[in-house]
Amino acid sequence: MATTMTKAQIGLTGNSAIAYAMKQINPDVCPAYPITPSTAVVEEFSSYVADGKVDTEFITVESEHSAMSACIGASAAGARVMTATSSQGLALMWEMLYIASGMRLPIVLTDVNRALSAPINIHCDHSDSMGARDSGWIQIYSETVQEAYDNLFQAVRIAENEKVLLPVMVCLDGFITSHAIENISLIDDDDIRQFIGEYKAQHPLLDTDHPVTYGAMTLPDTYIEFKRQQSEAITRAKDVVSEIGKEFGKRFGREYGLMEEYKLDDAEAVIVILSSAAGTTKVAVDELRKAGKKVGILKPRLFRPFPFKEIADALKNVKAVAVLDRADSMSGFGGPLFNEVRSALYELEKRPKVVSRIFGLGGRDYMVKDAVHVFDELLKIVETGKVETLTKYITI
Amino acid sequence: MAEKKNLPIGGIITEGGTAHEYATGGWRKLRPVLDKEKCTNCLICWVMCPDSAIVVQDGKMIGFDMDHCKGCGICAEECPDKVKAINMDEEKD
Repeated sequence: MATTMTKAQIGLTGNSAIAYAMKQINPDVCPAYPITPSTAVVEEFSSYVADGKVDTEFITVESEHSAMSACIGASAAGARVMTATSSQGLALMWEMLYIASGMRLPIVLTDVNRALSAPINIHCDHSDSMGARDSGWIQIYSETVQEAYDNLFQAVRIAENEKVLLPVMVCLDGFITSHAIENISLIDDDDIRQFIGEYKAQHPLLDTDHPVTYGAMTLPDTYIEFKRQQSEAITRAKDVVSEIGKEFGKRFGREYGLMEEYKLDDAEAVIVILSSAAGTTKVAVDELRKAGKKVGILKPRLFRPFPFKEIADALKNVKAVAVLDRADSMSGFGGPLFNEVRSALYELEKRPKVVSRIFGLGGRDYMVKDAVHVFDELLKIVETGKVETLTKYITI
Repeated sequence: MAEKKNLPIGGIITEGGTAHEYATGGWRKLRPVLDKEKCTNCLICWVMCPDSAIVVQDGKMIGFDMDHCKGCGICAEECPDKVKAINMDEEKD
């Protein structure tokens, strides 16, 4: 696992860090079917199971559809359940993702983001998790290995919070974060145990003294009420994510919010971007700041539920915004993040100009120069007040 | 079902045996009619009924639970050829 260890830091790949976090969480059940680039999560975690380092019941299944089905069964039975997947694996889980959220089961899934076929591609983009954005799962995006590691513990708390009770997806970038070694700080096992606590399901199927039915049919007289109930729960999740991010900061020194603002205070031109590419963009911001340009970044961490108000508030004084999507929703009108950010800004009296840039699909490199180029375009919009190209692909 | 505002979370049903309270007889188009003279109380209908709607008392078939019988006709079909004690009649509106 370890490759280097200095000053209480340890060099881990994203996948190793996730597997290690799962070992520390010690879930009751882990049904999984390995798929690139998340394979090492399942592989390393299964070693922990085989070596007796965890008490987890590891279920090898014949597909991701079965993996999520087993997660649902185990979670309804009252177990703390985790799994990991990528791309086609997440796509094959589709049907069951909605059932997990509709039944309000606090399953935690790591999605190592990878492009969807066709054409087949194993590298990073967000089309897998973005496709699952309406499945009722909470989605948290991680920029670094450290964030992915920290997010997983918080995900357990968020999912199991009684105001929420919804499944959570922790996303990190395939290969870029999953396979890159980064020095991270690990948290002690005891501290993790205290932080996540014990999971007590409200209505476990295995409590035969109090029999319950999961998955009953609801007709037009009740279905919409259950969906409204679910919608209210995911809306409430926003504050829970904030509270738990703050508590995590108090305990372990790394505080998390709904988003990260980087040099945003006086920024006129801003890139909104998820996950690892935000790191690349920070380098561009630092360079442009040296040249006196007022540029900044907004990196949403929570994508589901979408923090509309907070995003609008963060961007209210900005003049031009480029939303960079590592996925195309094939609507002919930009990426999914663009559409939601733009919609969030509609409530503002004075709105910034907002453009969509789709980048890095199928693992195409997104370089500092790409970010600089986008900022150049934005600064021109600030100057002229005119948008030449509303939506386009970059890094091509 | 409970009050809509107090619906259990995630559509679960928080107790067992609730199917008993849910009358499904209204779905019926055909109604089973028993000819007691012919019935031999073999109870094949009781075994085969998918809705547990055959009422048996002291080992004898005494009729149907019309709140739950959906009128599928399996009882009439399965009643032995030599007996044919159950007929499916058109349900009046």
